[in-house]
Amino acid sequence: MTVTGERLVPTLFERSRPGRGSTKVPHPPKDALDRIPTEGRRKDGARLPELSEPEIARHYVNLSQLNYAVDTGFYPLGSCTMKYNPKINEWAARLDGFASLHPMAPDELAQGTLELLWTLEQALAEIGGMKAVTLQPAAGAHGELTGILMVRAYHRSRGDFDRTEVLVPDSSHGTNPATASMAGFKTITIPSAVDGGVDVEAFRAALGPRTAAVMITNPSTLGLFESRLCDLLDAVHEAGALAYMDGANLNAIMGRFKPGEAGFDVMHFNVHKTFSTPHGGGGPGAGPVGVGERLLPFLPSPRVLRERDGRGFRLERPHERPSSIGRVRGFAGSTGVLVRAYAYIRAHGAAGLCEVSDDAVLAANYMKARIGGLLDVPFTRPCMHEFVASSTTLKAETGIRTLDVAKRLIDYGYHPPTIYFPLTVDEALLIEPTETESREVMDAFVEALGQVVAEAHTDPELLHSAPHGTPVRRLDEATAARQPNLRWRAMTGSQTPCPD
Amino acid sequence: MGYGPHTPDDRAAMLAAIGVASVDELFADIPQSLRASGLELAPPLSESELATHLRGLASRNRVDLVSFLGAGAYRHFVPPIVDQLLLRGEFYTAYTPYQPEISQGTLQTIYEYQSLLAELTALDVVSASHYDGASATAEAALMTCRATRRERVLVSRGVHPHYRETLCTYFGGASLVADEIPLVSEGPYAGTTDLAALERMLADAERPVAGVLVANPSFLGLLEPMAEAGRLAHAAGALFVSVVEPVSLAVLASPGQYAADIAAGEGQPLGIPLSYGGPYLGILACRDDLVRQIPGRLVGMTADLDGKRAFVMTMRAREQDIRREKAASNICTNQALCALAAGIYLASLGPHGLSDVATLGAARAYELETALAAAGAPRVHPGPYLNEFAVRVPDAGAVHARLLDRGVLAGLPLAPLMPGEPSLSDALLVCATEVTTPDEIGSFAAALGAELASGAAQEATR
Repeated sequence: MTVTGERLVPTLFERSRPGRGSTKVPHPPKDALDRIPTEGRRKDGARLPELSEPEIARHYVNLSQLNYAVDTGFYPLGSCTMKYNPKINEWAARLDGFASLHPMAPDELAQGTLELLWTLEQALAEIGGMKAVTLQPAAGAHGELTGILMVRAYHRSRGDFDRTEVLVPDSSHGTNPATASMAGFKTITIPSAVDGGVDVEAFRAALGPRTAAVMITNPSTLGLFESRLCDLLDAVHEAGALAYMDGANLNAIMGRFKPGEAGFDVMHFNVHKTFSTPHGGGGPGAGPVGVGERLLPFLPSPRVLRERDGRGFRLERPHERPSSIGRVRGFAGSTGVLVRAYAYIRAHGAAGLCEVSDDAVLAANYMKARIGGLLDVPFTRPCMHEFVASSTTLKAETGIRTLDVAKRLIDYGYHPPTIYFPLTVDEALLIEPTETESREVMDAFVEALGQVVAEAHTDPELLHSAPHGTPVRRLDEATAARQPNLRWRAMTGSQTPCPD
Repeated sequence: MGYGPHTPDDRAAMLAAIGVASVDELFADIPQSLRASGLELAPPLSESELATHLRGLASRNRVDLVSFLGAGAYRHFVPPIVDQLLLRGEFYTAYTPYQPEISQGTLQTIYEYQSLLAELTALDVVSASHYDGASATAEAALMTCRATRRERVLVSRGVHPHYRETLCTYFGGASLVADEIPLVSEGPYAGTTDLAALERMLADAERPVAGVLVANPSFLGLLEPMAEAGRLAHAAGALFVSVVEPVSLAVLASPGQYAADIAAGEGQPLGIPLSYGGPYLGILACRDDLVRQIPGRLVGMTADLDGKRAFVMTMRAREQDIRREKAASNICTNQALCALAAGIYLASLGPHGLSDVATLGAARAYELETALAAAGAPRVHPGPYLNEFAVRVPDAGAVHARLLDRGVLAGLPLAPLMPGEPSLSDALLVCATEVTTPDEIGSFAAALGAELASGAAQEATR
């Protein structure tokens, strides 16, 4: 890999000068490590960079300015629910009582957090129509793994060891089949029906005594409510299998549809989507899992329990519930993230959360109506909180692909929609405005998209070579993968980039 | 209280553009039989009420005690610059950097995190982050099985009990086997991984071992014979996984130094608040030749069309959104912001500062050992430790509970977490870090001395 051009921001390592730095902690006594035998000691010091605090501040602030973020602009990123992240949530998570609480602190020192967690479990159970919720999983995919491991434990507890398959529709998130594999199951992928929904007959044909679970995203990854859900869930349960709901798209349906009431046995919640905890450039999130009656005994340990007679809350003791699948992580959960989710739910109440979903669906349908004249919209039924558009016609007319449209939208100041997902739609753009974007913002985006489509006809090269106004342009991803450079190593001679 | 911007006029205009009379029509696809029965939650709070409510909950936690509790999560001084920079909206409200042209900030910080941790561990490849130490350890164990095509790992009982339990949960799903290596019960090596037992377990030709996992320092705070354990693992064709605490790596032998193939650990000590267990930072690192087996995102350096240096998520063919059921793991969301915190923390401390943190913790721990021994609670194990160790306290659980009333969080009673270890039935695990003060040590020793004396007095009257 050759870097011949400029570098945007020098790395910490390039900025380092021996002897720089500030004193953050007192100097220790010189003999403090004398009791540690030589073979246990580090031979050569770690070559960490040495920088002054002003350099560090400028380094990271300069880097931050190279990012697009919810706080800087519109993110119509389907399946990701990039809604506004309320500032009070950040304030709350940093309250000393929450932030400084040790995870192994005895229950009597942790009553505030335990009450918060217990109450959040109840609220999520109510929203999902589930019997109980575990807050432990650290992310949606981690929640999926937790849920499918519970499914496995359930079948085994009944002496049923033959259920080795998990069925997923071909429009599912990649995490669903990856989860099935990780939990020891074989994935059977079922093609979608022509209307984008689940093909109940195809599922029926694949269901049988080997099926452990069916994983369904509802609303689907196409932004559609699975209208044949009743038939599907009946078929799943008739076959003795369990139904898992991927709750990634919960933002559309709060107050209108409860997965547990409808017959789902287990689901996960993405609090960093629906409940506004920030994405942080990839995480952290949290992926609480709700279960119905059948999976209750298998919830991971420890659960948060409310003692009788108002004696407060406590964590389950080690091995208190032998039927549990066990731990899925260290300690109790990503509590800091859960504080933010709790704050969001308490700010809204039931009517507020219903309004969130109503507005999310209203916004998506509004954008769909306005974009219909610009790109293909393969599914014309009312969408939920997101919808799929496609550049199929545009590509036939101009040779311009979805990737080019996406990259050109960056020049207009927008984060592109999710592209090439779901895999079942050719040249897909999955668009999700969320309920926190104003009509002006959505209108401006549609206008920009209109200009991009016009440019595709008049000046296609402009799109092929987009983006133009970004700090870097299209990247050499092939070389990055073929000759990976995954860590800083001091460069020499011709490898050295030009000075900034 | 909501965060949406729509006025009644906005809503009316949008409904008109869609061509429906009400939002309800947009939900026509939900069959009547599946409509929700209602939604009952606590009533909404205004922002000021919410702030009061949350402050009230936070104040019901007790974080004012003098604390000697570590056990996998550690109190450290976090320079304010860490949180100030994390709170840049451009960092914490950004999405995963799938669009590299508008994500160079996040991408470079992850690349720098990978580089910093590669230096600390002296290994080549570091994942962009995993959930926490426990899940990273489980993933490390799964890596050894994929790389060797064997189905059994050996985990020292000196690895944090939560990590061992998590590993068991993960392994149960994949129908793999995890056997525990016992600890030496007595003598100069008491409490450390039993190498003779490890050698015997590795010799079972019927059940070849994929990986050996040992923590350094161990859950009990002890330094483990890492080089020797690694040699035994390699001689049997197994990979060697070191479970590490990152601050200690400033002064203790690095995984690369003793030829570990993989390192996993909890990154919380690198500038991340305790927050009752998370969000934390799973560290996962490996040698170059295992790069195809490492799960989770990786950021690499490359060039753009103009030859300009740029960073991008790379080797994505390992990941679930590309490989689906054949992916190395199902991980998607990771802990990027926590990795950013760790990067800022390390940059801010620098090599000498980090070494000072580790060394000062060791110095305070030695003062603690001396003070507790004088108060009647000697160490359980004779071997070297860095900043955490077990002390023998008769009726440890009850003494621990009574010390809370004296304002001291006296570490952790070990018996519930380490069943089957008779030497730990009356033991507390205590730790000191650079923020532990001599006054705090004095308070702890005095309170413990008083408790032990009153316990002895009660014993005498009985």
